Amino acid sequence: MTAIPLEEGLLLAGILFLLGLIGVLVRRNIILILLSVEIMLNAVGLAFVVAGSRWGQPDGQVMFIFVLAMAAAEVSVGLALVLEMHRHFKTLDADQASKMRG
Amino acid sequence: MNVLFYLSAAVAIAATALTITRTVAVHALLYLVVSLLAVALVFYALGAPFVAALEVIIYAGAIMVLFLFVIMLLNLGPQPGGEAAAAGAWLAPRAWLGPAILAAVLLVELVYTLARGAGGIAGGQMIEPAQVGMALFGPYLLGVELASLLLLAGLVGAHHLGSQREAERAETQANLSPNPSPTKGGEPSSSPFPRREGGQGVRSERLL
Repeated sequence: MTAIPLEEGLLLAGILFLLGLIGVLVRRNIILILLSVEIMLNAVGLAFVVAGSRWGQPDGQVMFIFVLAMAAAEVSVGLALVLEMHRHFKTLDADQASKMRG
Repeated sequence: MNVLFYLSAAVAIAATALTITRTVAVHALLYLVVSLLAVALVFYALGAPFVAALEVIIYAGAIMVLFLFVIMLLNLGPQPGGEAAAAGAWLAPRAWLGPAILAAVLLVELVYTLARGAGGIAGGQMIEPAQVGMALFGPYLLGVELASLLLLAGLVGAHHLGSQREAERAETQANLSPNPSPTKGGEPSSSPFPRREGGQGVRSERLL
């Protein structure tokens, strides 16, 4: 019963972050892009908690709570923008909204 | 509790990889919920039970339900045969078998951990929720205030985008009717909600 090494926890966080990044880069559906952003934020929080657990301090968990609040605010505004985009373009393809106007 | 950590990590990676490769949005959401539950078990294995509970409640609960609401609002996906065919597609094993298997693995892990007793978590360096609360409302009090401000900004932003939509819809309705008389707003058939009066106020303002 030994403690989990720091490297393996950070490796898990890195793999999850990488999967989220691949999702953001590859997917076209904007809802799935937002989901991938959530995966990346979750991986960042996991890295914070792993580091906090390594030194036995609660600071990592506090940072995870801040990341959580930021993710909640981001997703509420992002999903409202997705609804707006669906109303304007009648699609969820991110490539259809690649031009700026004004 | 290394077995708990490695098995949960494997489930999390598998579920996340399946999330970003799904074509149906709701299936991706199912796999992501499983992935978040697996990460919650990883947190528990790391000796952070408070954050594990927050992960389940806020991430897998609230935020994923928000995504589900939007997917249902937009009514995505092909529905050729109407409601019966859609129900048949929902009950197809291809849709729910993968997440169910991964969630069953997590459940077995959880039952095993609870049966063994939570004494020996990760070498015994468990960080209690009380410590987190003391840190959160002690040196990080300014951060808590900033987080509340950020959540307020998110609330105002989401409400602004939503109410803009409603005002524009009221405007298009007014454009569709050829001669909108001022008494028409008083009829119960054309204004079922008291909210509509606010939309008309916006419209008359724009006409001015």
